[in-house]
Amino acid sequence: MSAADLRAADARNPLRLIGIRKTFGDLVALDDVDLEIARGRTTVLLGPSGSGKSTLLRCINLLEKPDAGQIDLGSGPIDVGGRISPRTVREIRSRSTMVFQQFNLFPHLTALGNVTLAPVESLGRSRDEAEALGRELLAKVGLADKADSYPDRLSGGQQQRVAIARALAMDPDFLLFDEPTSALDPELAAEVVAVLAALAQENRTLVVVTHSLAFARRVADRVVFLEGGKVRQDGSPEEFFRSEDERLRRFREVIGSV
Amino acid sequence: MPGFLELWLQSLPRLLRAAVEVTIPLSLISFAIALVVAVVVALVRLYGPAPLKALAWAYVQVFRGTPLVVQLFIVYFGLPSLGISLDAFPAAVVTLALNTGAYASEAVRASILSLPRGQFEAAQTLNLSRATPFRRVVAPQAMRIVLPPLANDFIDLVKGTSLVFAITLVDLFQVGRQVAGSTFEPMAMYTLVALIYLVMVSLLSLGQNVLEKKVSAHVRS
Repeated sequence: MSAADLRAADARNPLRLIGIRKTFGDLVALDDVDLEIARGRTTVLLGPSGSGKSTLLRCINLLEKPDAGQIDLGSGPIDVGGRISPRTVREIRSRSTMVFQQFNLFPHLTALGNVTLAPVESLGRSRDEAEALGRELLAKVGLADKADSYPDRLSGGQQQRVAIARALAMDPDFLLFDEPTSALDPELAAEVVAVLAALAQENRTLVVVTHSLAFARRVADRVVFLEGGKVRQDGSPEEFFRSEDERLRRFREVIGSV
Repeated sequence: MPGFLELWLQSLPRLLRAAVEVTIPLSLISFAIALVVAVVVALVRLYGPAPLKALAWAYVQVFRGTPLVVQLFIVYFGLPSLGISLDAFPAAVVTLALNTGAYASEAVRASILSLPRGQFEAAQTLNLSRATPFRRVVAPQAMRIVLPPLANDFIDLVKGTSLVFAITLVDLFQVGRQVAGSTFEPMAMYTLVALIYLVMVSLLSLGQNVLEKKVSAHVRS
């Protein structure tokens, strides 16, 4: 089977993380986490600081390399605990793209340059093709008129929307968001949340680490609550928000009050 | 006309000729090589395998840790005893390039280290492979940071070429010495020599400004 066939076959199956373990020195960030992420849904990862939610998200994209565990992209588990060949790393990374808390746009490239770089360099698209797609995606995030602006001239919210367009340009199966609105003031955060909600409406697969309960309530199909490197609760948003579990109630109160 | 002006006008053609024939080509060729050395050494020290890393570190230590004039003597007068005989000009090029390369490699390394980790992570998540992250993400940004220290190194190199008289090259400074010796006007002569160096370095500084503007186009002023 070719890579494209494999990918087509995978497209029906969920992404599975199996026994993912990650330690930083003595700190166990992820304690043998198993998680299945369904296609076409929005999964929100919640949890207190240090619960491992960002680390888990980053493991999906191998920005963090697990100490042990397997990732199943849909056609069988791949061991990611030992040494991973560069080819396998590329294969796993090709399925997901991360949107960062600090945007991490390339400051020396315009908005359009940011969105077209990887399609040309990594996917082998022609420049014309990439630019047409790039302009379309910038329009989609409401920034058609900012294509030629450098990041330094954009607001935080605009930068994050460019970053989302940049991720969409890779056409990944999984869009990963690591606290996408945490660096933004509420008004700018709202712009970004609107874009995320629109993407969720299109039945794309979103995995979002956030501190925003409002976002979880509004957009999530499923809420995973992590604590101490383990999944403590995994279910619908209703289940999460109604849970009488003392820990969850306390978390909702603390987070909900800010 | 005061005596020193007359001397200046008389000796200027000889001095300029020495600058054009020796000092300037020596500076340009040595710096071009130094740049290549600097980038390679910086990349090895950042990303190379351990033994190469150690080698690159040792190179920087040796060339930063010993005087330039001693290095010139070793290369020109010392190496022939090991069977490596270089003419004075190539010996000067090799020494100046390796000396400046050691300093410049640290500037290049620092410029890469100064990029936020997020830039590398963005390149990773976009699946940019092999040399692409360096070529399209790291180098253009590091360029802006590395320019001022590199200009420093280039300026040091230009002034450092004044030591090559010690290995028989007749550069700007050596011609100045000859004229000063024959006219018994050291003050007037060495002042003129100093002024010529100052003009050359000022031109470099102008070039630096132009380049800095060019690579900073994306930064809001």
